[in-house]
Amino acid sequence: MTKKTLTIDAKGKHYTPLNIEIRAAVKDGVKEIILDNINGQRFIANGLRGDDVTIIINGVPGGDLAMFMSGPTCIVHANAEHAPGNTMDSGKIFIHGTAGDAVAHSMRGGEVYVRDSIGYRGGIHMKAYKEKYPALVVGGGTRAFLGEYMAGGILLVLGRGTDTIPVDERGIGTGIHGGELFIRGEVPDHLLGIGAAKKPFTEDDREKIRPYIENYCREFDVDEPELFSDDYVHIGPSSARPFAGKYCW
Amino acid sequence: MPIGSVPPKYKVTIDNDLCMLCERCIENCSYGAFRREGNKILINSRACTGCHRCVAMCPRDAIDLEEKPVDYRSHPIWSREAREAIYKQAESGKIILTGMGNTLEVPPIFDRLLLDACQVTNPSIDPLREPIELRTYIGKKPRKLEIKKNAQGDIDLVTKLAPNLKCETPIMIAHMSYGAISLNAQLSLARGASEMGTFMGTGEGGLHKSLYPYQNNMIVQIASGRFGVNIDYLERGAAIEIKIGQGAKPGIGGHLPGEKVDEEVSKTRMIPLYSDAISPAPHHDIYSIEDLSQLVRSLKEATEWKKPVFVKIAAVHNVVAIAAGIARSSADAVVIDGFRGGTGSAPRVFRDHVGIPIEAAIAAVDEKLNKQGIRNEISIIASGGIRDSADVTKAIALGADSVYIGTAALVSLGCRVCGSCYRGLCPWGIATQREELTSRIDPDIMYKNVSNLINGWTLEIAELMGAAGINSIESLRGNRDRLRGYMLDENILSVLDVKTVGAGA
Repeated sequence: MTKKTLTIDAKGKHYTPLNIEIRAAVKDGVKEIILDNINGQRFIANGLRGDDVTIIINGVPGGDLAMFMSGPTCIVHANAEHAPGNTMDSGKIFIHGTAGDAVAHSMRGGEVYVRDSIGYRGGIHMKAYKEKYPALVVGGGTRAFLGEYMAGGILLVLGRGTDTIPVDERGIGTGIHGGELFIRGEVPDHLLGIGAAKKPFTEDDREKIRPYIENYCREFDVDEPELFSDDYVHIGPSSARPFAGKYCW
Repeated sequence: MPIGSVPPKYKVTIDNDLCMLCERCIENCSYGAFRREGNKILINSRACTGCHRCVAMCPRDAIDLEEKPVDYRSHPIWSREAREAIYKQAESGKIILTGMGNTLEVPPIFDRLLLDACQVTNPSIDPLREPIELRTYIGKKPRKLEIKKNAQGDIDLVTKLAPNLKCETPIMIAHMSYGAISLNAQLSLARGASEMGTFMGTGEGGLHKSLYPYQNNMIVQIASGRFGVNIDYLERGAAIEIKIGQGAKPGIGGHLPGEKVDEEVSKTRMIPLYSDAISPAPHHDIYSIEDLSQLVRSLKEATEWKKPVFVKIAAVHNVVAIAAGIARSSADAVVIDGFRGGTGSAPRVFRDHVGIPIEAAIAAVDEKLNKQGIRNEISIIASGGIRDSADVTKAIALGADSVYIGTAALVSLGCRVCGSCYRGLCPWGIATQREELTSRIDPDIMYKNVSNLINGWTLEIAELMGAAGINSIESLRGNRDRLRGYMLDENILSVLDVKTVGAGA
C-alpha cells in the first residue's frame, strides 16, 4: 500500500527534479507532500492537478508558486516570493507570512490567503467564470495598484497590524470591470484608480466575506472578532466597460 | 458646430438592365446598403465598406462599385484620410479605430529586394525531378551532438534534444483569436494548416472544443489577459506562444468588446457572457527580461518541458536587443511582427506609425544572434505583411526560419481587406460572431482554400529555390547573397546586409 504522506528534502534541489518528484508522488496516490528546506525554488506545484492533495512547504518558495495549479492546497510556513497563485485555476494557497508582488495575478479560480502583507499589483486581473470564483485574502496591508483590471472574484484586505489606512498607495482598482474589493479601514478617494468606485457595504456583503475571514482565522489561528464586526470599504467597477466610449471610426 | 457629412467613400450602382431582382445583394450586405422598393433595388452608398460581398454574389455582374466618387481637392500633404480623421475627431474627441494592416503609402522593402537565379554555372534544379527540402523544424538546435557507440555496435545519441515543431513548409498561420474571428474561420484555417502539415495559432481566445481534433497542429497563445488559459489548454497545444506585442499595435493591449462575447466565445475564453475582454498593455507578471524568462520557464515547467515556447514581439526600434534577451530566456522561437501586421482592431495612429518594417527586423536580429553565437538557441518566425511566396522566400533569405501569415490566410477565405473588422459585421463571416454571417463559411469546404493557398506558395518557394540552385531550406536561410537591393539606400542595404543590384558575388 502506498504511503499517504511523503517528505522531500529540497535542500540544494533544482525546481525541475523537485516538481518531477511531486508529480510522481501525486500520481502514486500520495495525499500529503512535505517539502523541507525549500529555499527559493520557483514554480512549485506548477500546473499540478489533484483536488485532495496538500503540499506543505517549509521554507521560502520562489516566484510563481502554484501557477496554473488545478486543485491542490499549498501551505507555506514562511514568506513567499512574487506571484503565488499566478493564473491559478483552482485549489488553495495559505502563506504563513508575507508575499511579494503580483500575488494571485490573473487568478481564475481558487483561494489565496496571505497572513501578513503583500507587495504591488495584488490580485491584478483576477477573473471569474461560472463556478470559478477566485478569492485573495490579505491579512495585513498592500502596496499600490491593488486589484487593477479586476474582471471578477473577491479581494479582501483585513488590514491587521497596519494603521487605519491599510492600502496607502494609489491605483486601487484601476480599470476594474468585474469583481469586488473589501478593505477594512479607510480608503481615501484619491487612491482609487480610474474606473473604480466605492459602493455601500451591506449586510449581504458582510455575509459574503464571512466565510473567507473564517478560513483565514482558522488557518492562521487568529481570534479577532472585530474582523467580523468592523465595516469594510466596498469597491467595485464604476462601469462594466471602462474602455467603451474611447473610440470612433 | 456641424460641418456636414464627408463625401461617401464608395459609390455603388446597379445596372437595372442586368439586375434580375434576386435580392442576393440585400441578403448579403450586412451593412444595409441595399433595399428593394417596388421593382427596383435602391442603394445607400454611404453604408458601403467596399467589402465586395455584393459584387461577388451578384449572379448577373450587375453591381458596379467605384471608390472615392467625390474626392477632395487634391493636395500632396492633406490627403483625404488626413482631412477625414480631423473631421471625425473634431466631432467625437475620440481615438480613431481601424482594422487590417498599415495603410501608409511607403513601399515595402520586400518589393525592393530581388531574388537570384542560376544561369550557366551552378545549374538550377527542377523540383519535379529532384527533391527540394522545405521541411522546417522550429525550436532549439543543439550546439553540438554527442554520440556514443553502444554494446550492439550501433550509435546512440547522447545529447538531449529540445522539442521542435516539425513543419512541412515554412508557412504557418498567425494567431487570430476566436472572438476576433469566427469559429468557422478558425476551423477552416486549422484544418487547412493540418492538411499541409503546418501549424496555426489560437490567438488569445482559448481553444474551442471543436478545434481539439486539430490541436496537434495548433499553437496556443498566452497573452496579458490570460483568457482561456488553464493547464488543460497548455497541454493541448503543440507549442505555447507568449504574446508580448503585435505589429499593428505595439505597446498597447486589446479590448474585445462585450457584444462579441457570446455564449461560445464566453465558454472558450472563460469569461462571463457579454463582458468586455480586456488584455492589459503589459503582462503584469512581466516587467523585465528576467520576468519574461520566468514565464517561459513556468510554462515549460507546467508542461514538463515537452512543449516549445515562443515569444512574440512587435518589431520596434530596439528589437535586436529584445530578441537577444529572449534567445537567452529558454524560449524556443521568437516571433517578430512587423509594422505592416494586420489586426481586427487597432488605433489608426498605432497601426500606421509605431514599429519598424519586418524586413529590417529579421535581418538585424538574425545578424546579432549569429554574432553572439546563439542563433541555434532560437528560431525566428517573421510576420507582418507577407503577401506571397516571394515575400516568404525573401524573409527566409534575410534570416527567418519561417513565417506566419494572417491577412493572406483570411483573404483565402474571401476577405477583401475592407478594413472594417472592428465593426463585427463582416459579410464574409470572418470577423464577426453573428450566426447568420458566420454560417457563410462552411469549414468543410473552405479549409481547402487555405490548404490550396499554402500548397501553391510552397510549390512556388520550391521553384524559386530550385532556380537559385538551392535544394534545402537551411541553405536559403540567412543566405543574403541571393538577394540584391533595388532602389534601396546604402543605410538600409547595410542593415539588411544585402548588396545592391549589379554587384557581383
